[in-house]
Order: sequence, then C-alpha cells, then structure tokens
Amino acid sequence: MANKDYDKDLFVPLEREDDTSEKISRPSLTFWQDSWMRLKKNTGALIGAWVLIIITFMALAGPFFNDYGFDEQNLIRSKLPPKVQGLENIDWLPFQGTMHRTFEAETLEDAKEDAINRFKRDEENIEMTVVDDGSNGGPAIVDAEFDVYANQGFEDEYFWFGTDTLGRDQWTRVWKGTQISLYIAVLAAFIDMVIGVAYGGISAYYGGRVDDYMQRIIEILIGIPNLVVVILMILILSPGILSITIALTITGWIPMARIIRGQVLKLKNQEFVLASRTLGASDSRIIMKQLVPNVTGLIVINTMFTIPGAIFFEAFLSFIGLGLQPPVASLGTLIDEGFQSLQTFPYLMIYPAIIISLIMIAFNIVADGLRDAFDPKMRE
Amino acid sequence: MARYIFQRIVYMFITMLLIATFSFFLMKLLPGSPLMMEDKLTEEQAVIIKEKYGLNDPVPVQYVNYLANLAQGDLGISFQQDNRGVTKILIERAGPSIQLGAQALIFGLAFGLLLGIFAALYHNSPIDYGSTFLAVIGKSIPSFVFAGLLQYYIGVKLGWLPVAFWEGFEYTIMPTIALAMFPIAIAARFMRTEMLEVLGSDFITTARAKGVNRLGVLFKHGLRNALIPLVTIIGPMAIALLTGNLVIENIFAIPGIGDTFVQAVMTNDFPIIMGFTLITGFLFIFIILIVDLLYGVIDPRIRLAGGEK
Amino acid sequence: MENILEVNDLHVSFDTYGGEVKAVRGVSFELRKGETLAIVGESGSGKSVTTKALMGLIPQPPGRIKQGEVLLEGKDLTKMNERQLQKIRGRDLSMIFQDPMTSLNPTMKVGNQIMEGLIKHQKMSRSQAKKRAVELLEMVGIPNPKARINQYPHQFSGGMRQRVVIAIALACNPKVLIADEPTTALDVTIQAQILELMKDLQHKTETSIIFITHDLGVVANVADRVAVMYAGKIVELGTVDDIFYNPQHPYTWGLLGSMPTLDDEESELFAIPGTPPDLLNPPKGDAFAARNEYAMKIDEEEQPPFFQVSDTHYAATWLLHENAPKVEPPESVQKRMQGFANTGASEKGDNA
Repeated sequence: MANKDYDKDLFVPLEREDDTSEKISRPSLTFWQDSWMRLKKNTGALIGAWVLIIITFMALAGPFFNDYGFDEQNLIRSKLPPKVQGLENIDWLPFQGTMHRTFEAETLEDAKEDAINRFKRDEENIEMTVVDDGSNGGPAIVDAEFDVYANQGFEDEYFWFGTDTLGRDQWTRVWKGTQISLYIAVLAAFIDMVIGVAYGGISAYYGGRVDDYMQRIIEILIGIPNLVVVILMILILSPGILSITIALTITGWIPMARIIRGQVLKLKNQEFVLASRTLGASDSRIIMKQLVPNVTGLIVINTMFTIPGAIFFEAFLSFIGLGLQPPVASLGTLIDEGFQSLQTFPYLMIYPAIIISLIMIAFNIVADGLRDAFDPKMRE
Repeated sequence: MARYIFQRIVYMFITMLLIATFSFFLMKLLPGSPLMMEDKLTEEQAVIIKEKYGLNDPVPVQYVNYLANLAQGDLGISFQQDNRGVTKILIERAGPSIQLGAQALIFGLAFGLLLGIFAALYHNSPIDYGSTFLAVIGKSIPSFVFAGLLQYYIGVKLGWLPVAFWEGFEYTIMPTIALAMFPIAIAARFMRTEMLEVLGSDFITTARAKGVNRLGVLFKHGLRNALIPLVTIIGPMAIALLTGNLVIENIFAIPGIGDTFVQAVMTNDFPIIMGFTLITGFLFIFIILIVDLLYGVIDPRIRLAGGEK
Repeated sequence: MENILEVNDLHVSFDTYGGEVKAVRGVSFELRKGETLAIVGESGSGKSVTTKALMGLIPQPPGRIKQGEVLLEGKDLTKMNERQLQKIRGRDLSMIFQDPMTSLNPTMKVGNQIMEGLIKHQKMSRSQAKKRAVELLEMVGIPNPKARINQYPHQFSGGMRQRVVIAIALACNPKVLIADEPTTALDVTIQAQILELMKDLQHKTETSIIFITHDLGVVANVADRVAVMYAGKIVELGTVDDIFYNPQHPYTWGLLGSMPTLDDEESELFAIPGTPPDLLNPPKGDAFAARNEYAMKIDEEEQPPFFQVSDTHYAATWLLHENAPKVEPPESVQKRMQGFANTGASEKGDNA
C-alpha cells in the first residue's frame, strides 16, 4: 500500500521540547465566568434583562418626566386620551389625543347626528369623514374623530398615557404603580428567600430529628393553597403595601425552603464534599466552599421566578377588590380601574396591562436563561 | 404503600383542620358581623339575630359547633343574600364554574401537550421556538389581563364573540381560552422537556434498532413514558384554574362561584368568603393527595417499590 | 470466507457550536460470515459512533455521515432512507447496548418488547410471536420464561435484563449483531456468563458479531479478529493472534501494556501518556504522534497509510515503512506478549 517514496530525513525520531500532550486545549473557566458566557449567548434573556432595566428605570424616574402628581385630581381634564408631542400627527399611532369611532345609521344625516351627540355636541372639534353616504342601499357610515383636548380647552397640554376618570395623569400613575408593584414583589421575594434559605439550610444541614420535625411542619403548610392564605391574611390585615407583602410571604417561602433542603441534602453526600471532609476541611469551610457556591445559582433562579409570581398575586388581589386602596396605585389597581371603563377608554387598561405583561415575560425569560446558564450539564 | 396512604390522609386532615380553625378565629376577629348595622337594630332584634347565628354561646362551644356543621357540609349563612345557606349558594353557582374549568382543562391540556410534542419532535426548529415563546407568554401574562384584552379586541372591536354572560356555547369560548392559557403553557413546556428526555433515552434507541417506525417510537415508547410525570403538573394547573376562575368569571359576568366570591368581597359577605376559601382549600388539598397517590399507581417502578405483590 | 458487511472509508461528523467534530475519520473494515470482529479503543475513539452509523442511528442533526459506504450484502445502507432502514434494522442488523438498566422500555412488558420486532419483521400473529418470545427467553437462559414475559424490566436483575436485550436483538435471526460494550455495565461474574451465552448463541445461529469493547480481556475471549481504533481511525487490524502476539502499532502496545494480568509477577502496568486529541481540530499527521514515544518527523507531516504485515494483519504506523528505524515494543509489553503466547490468548478473558 505504501510504495510512495518518502524523504529519509522524515524518519528520524521527533525532538520534543516539552511535553504538550497533557495540555488542556480550552481555557479553564470558573463557574460564574462559564455561566456568564452562556447567558451572554442567550439573546432572549439579554433582551429580557434590558426590558427589566428599562422598566425599573422608568418606574423610578418616569413620574418625574412631567409635572403632574400621581394623585393630582382635576375633573375638568378627566378621560383625556393619550397625546404625545411629535407623535400627535401620525395617524396610525394612538397618541393623537382624539377619540375615534365609526357611526352607522339609515341616512348620512342620522349618522352625523349620532356622532355629534356622542361627542358632547361639540361640532367644532369633530372631524368627520364619510365612508359610505348610504346612497347605494346600505347604511350610511361616518368616521368621526373627536379632539378631546380641544374640547376641554387643554390644547397645549400633553398627557402621554391620557388621564383617568378623576383627571389624574395616567403616565405618572402607571410608573408610580409599577414602582409599587415591583417594590412589593421584590420585598416579598427577598423575605421568601431569607426565610426559605435559612429554614431549608438548617433543616438539611442538621438533618436527623431537626430535619424530621421541620419537614412535618412543611408538609402540613404546603397543603394550604397560597390563594387561601393570602385572602385570609388580607381580610385580617386591611389591604396595604406591607400587609400584602406579609400575606405573600406567609407561605411563599416554602418552595425555596424545599429546594434548598433538597439541594443541600444532595450535596452533603456527594463525593466532592465527602472528599473535602476526608481531607480535614472544617464545617465552615465546607459550607463556604462547597455548599454556598452550589446553591447560589438555585437561590438566584428561584428568586427570579418568585418575583413575577408576587407581581401576579398583587395584581390579582387588586383585581378582585382585595388590593391596595386608593389613592395608592399599583399595576393591579390600575388594570382594575381601567377594566371598569374598558369599552369607552381602553387606553386606561391597555398601558398598565402591557407593562405588567412585559415585566412578567421578562422575568420569566431571564429566569429561564439563568437556569440554563447555571446548569453545568449544558456545557458544550 | 398502605401506610403511606394512611399517613397522607392524616396529613390531609391536619391541614384541613388547620385551615378551618384558622378561618373560624379569623371570623371572630373580623370587624364585620351580621350585626354590622347594629345602630338600626333594636335590642331585641340584636338578641334574636345573635341567637340565630349562635353568637351567644361561649367561643369554644361555637368552635365545636362550627366544626360539627362543617363536617356536615354546612358553611353557615350568608350575610347579604337573604340569609341563605352558603353551601346552598355555592352549590347553585357551581355549574358554570365546573363547566368553564373542565373546558379550560381539556382544551389547555390537549392543545398544550400537542404543542409540546411537536416542539420536541422538531427540536430547535421554528416550531420549537414558536411553542416555547407561546409557553412563556401563556405563563407570564396574567389571565385577567389576557381576558380583558381578548374581551376588548375580539368581543368589542371585532364583535366576533359575545362580550359577556353565560347563555350558550359561544359565550364560553373566550373565557375558556383566557382560562386555558396557563394550562397550555405549562402542559406545552412539560411535554417538551419530558419528550426530549425520553426520546434521548437508551430504550428509544433500542426500539429504533428493532426497526420500529417513527410513529411507533413516538407513541408506543415515547409518549407513555413522557406522560407518566404528567400528574406532577396537575397541582399547579388546578391552582391556576381555581384562581383564574375568580377573575375570569368576574370579567365575563359568568354566574359561577368565582363571580359570587368577588361580589362577596365587595359587599363584605364574610361567610361566603370563608366558605369559598374553605372549599377551595379542601379541594386543593384533596387534589394534591389524589395526585400523589396516582403517581404511585401509574408508574410501575414506583408501584413496585412500595411492596412486591 | 464470504463478507457479509463491508465498510469503506466511513466519515462521521457532528456539528457543534464549537465547530465540526470529526468523530470517525475514514474507517474501513469487512465482517465475514459467522465471525466475531472486536473493535477496541478508549472512550471517544469513535467505536460507538461507527456502529451507530452502521445502524443509521446517528442523530441527524447534529450528526451526519460525510462520506463512505456501508455495504450489507452489497446494498449500501448510507444511501437508504429511514423507511428502508427500518426494514433492515432488527431483521438483518441488530444491536445490543451497553447499559441494560436503561435500554429497556420501563413501561412495557418484556414480552411485548421482544414481540415487537417479530410482529413487524416476520409478520407473526400475536400468539405466534408470544410463543417465539418464550422460546427466545428460554434460549438466553431465563428461567420460567412463560411467567417472565408478562413482567416489567424493573423486575429483572441487570444480568437478566441484558439477556432480555440479547433476546430482543436475536429475535429475527439477524445476519449481523452489533454488541456495544454489552458487558461493561455488569458485574464481573455476570460478564463471563453473558460472554459465554453470546459465544454459545453465535455457534447456534451463525450470526456475525461486531463486538465493541475497551476491555482487551474480553477481546481475547470472544473475538476472531480485532480492529484497534484511535481518534476516529482504525490503527491496527488483524486476527486475535496477530494483535496479541505480534502487535505492530505503538498504540496497540500501549493498550496491551496497560492490561493487568495475574501471572505477571513484577507486574508493572504501562500507562499511555497524555489524552486523545481534540477531534474538533485533529492533527495534520498521525493523531497518536503526540503520545507516541517512537514518533518521527513524518508523523507530524502526514497520516500513515496501512502497511500490510501479513495476509490478515495491517497496521497504520510509519514505523513499518522501510525507511523507518527498527523499533521493538517496550520490554514490559514484550514480556506480556510472551505471557500470552505461553498461556494462550483465549484464556485471558477470565480475569477481565
């Protein structure tokens, strides 16, 4: 097979400077570097993280973007639709400060009359386009656009998200509400984390009888649905930021406690921990070097999942009437208020609804991304 | 196994007792009572009413009576609805709630599982990404937000479906979809993960090495194994349906238990709130128990671990 | 002897985020009727990928057969579509896997798992298939087969499960049986039983076997011929005697030197230094050069072709080139070869 002639010089033993055979071809990374690298590749999670950063920033700074107070009532300027400088002349965007509706009637006159009646008989500020004058047998259709700002004498004002039924600036209220929703959720998630980690960690680390009793308690508590506890708690502690937070944390810490306990129990008996113990590592060293780094990821992920859960629950409570009381606003109360007038002033519900949805989606995507990033099994 | 079941049932009763006790003393603490309009009542009327609600007995006696009533399914009397029994009111209103819940569960499970199967089959394809995205959306957007948007765009703007009320099948479509979003999301996510794991396991390779065709591998070998842990998502799903029912019924003006509850919250009708809370709690605890026991029955590996027959 | 299976210049690659991993890089061998060919090599050498490619079981994507052909009785399996392959799998070509604990469907009765192939390929009715399943279980040495077919895999021990897996593989009297480390996951005593069973069944059925293992003791015990694989290529191919008494490739020397034996008093085990190359960027020359103490300059320049040692024996190392210096295997390996010659290689498997 090998009849080709090769230079004899090639058949001399290879000179090797140093042994490269044991060289590891890829750079070694710490757990966090490795996770970070994987997270950076996850476009969805990155977008989610940016959305959260922007929304958090807006929740803090948004209310100061204009001069209206979140509780500044003024019935004369109530129910103004959204109007934004620069976007007010773009037809397809809902920022013109006008109400838009189509009217249908037997004759053109009737349709126009309907429109005028609907919009406060303020003909001056109604712009009508005839879609169908009814001459071909069908009903007459008129497209009417009503400049609410002009009608109420606020031509020079701009309410970016409009105003609510009491004339309060919806932009300020939405961001203020976001702030409060985020505050409640983050606080509740933090308390859950502290209690859960402590409970789960103690239960697992001490093991034996301590673990036994602590687990019995959990087994009984876990049966009580969150919904029930929260409703009962809100009934005792009249609704407020603090009481809602407490209600959310009463059983909220249990999942965290279970996860931490499971993980610590698993780690405790794993070879690398046993090996460390065999080598004479002290308890504190084992906790700091072996256990903490291995549960941190889990804590972060689980907290990231708790926050949207808490946001949801707060909004849910507000929606069924057990939430924050006016004038304090949260995303939940805003959606609830908006829902009452959804058919006529949909913008009141749509903006807080969009923001709460964005927050929930972003948190879930980021949490998913973190979970994938922390899972070393995924390493390629 | 028998010991396990027994233990679980004991825990279930402890939890129920805890909830019942908790809510009883809560009732005692609450500012509202049948005597809320006290000023307007004469002394005699007050005595009569107190007698009627058993409020003259010492608290421990009231507690025992309360538990005894509870054991017989008596949840007390509504403050607002003409002194009618809470149990009776809740039973009357159960129909639409059960129908809505069942429809959402069936639709959500069926659609979600299918979505998950396709996502796993076409792993890392647009179908997979699409279904994963849908699952994130469904899991994230609160059902009442979704219901509100649905109602506005489909009901009001487009006029395709009735905006509210409960007068026939087409009235159930929007609430069912709104309520099914979460079940769809978790079922799809669950199925995708399980299916991917099962399809990657050795016995699937064995089946393929036998010459079993694609569908056979998928359904005969894959699906059954992937479905075994399905019971684990029934718990979260049940909570989601129960929670969702409250707001969805309210939004679509469906005369069910959830709507009754929200009305009760608004009118401070505590017996109804308590009754609902207790029923929800018990229902939930019961579902968890069933799920745990089912898990043992379905998976032959667990069934046997409990004791060789 | 007639060739039942021929593999020519097979290349298999996996597309990963890091790039193309060339797992199999030009493998050629042939399998004769009724023989057992062992493929030996360390983890990652491409043995399992090669056999999965034969079965058409490479997950695609990320895997793909880049080039080469697999001729089963003259028909090229790499050109077949999935449907055609399904007819071949289980009937002409079947496979036993490494881990009997996971290779059976946990939710399906053992009998049904055996019957599945029979019903599909031999168009048997359920009752016929059931009868045959009982026979098969009896054949692989499972007591009380009539009751056992109605049980689930978890009711069997590891060794018994592997017998079931063998029964499934042999159900349709395949022409070629691929055994991918069938004894690795088993206890040593059970290993010997399973090997005996396989040898015994091969006698009865005249099936050709490709036996993948990293255990040279097992090789000596079961194989007629041996292919040594390294970094996705076959580096030495010969009869058991060729490989054990007259190994030519330094890698084979390393493998033999690292195999423990009982009758060697000053038993010093020889370890091959270093690790296999990264198949993302395989070296230009001989993949083994970096770990080869006899490496020459040409090893870095060009991959060695196959040099024929005898009618049955080939090795891919530049040491066999006429210009190369004469090199003897290291002393410890020579001693070992001597030991094999004295005791007879086929006895070695028992202490595996």
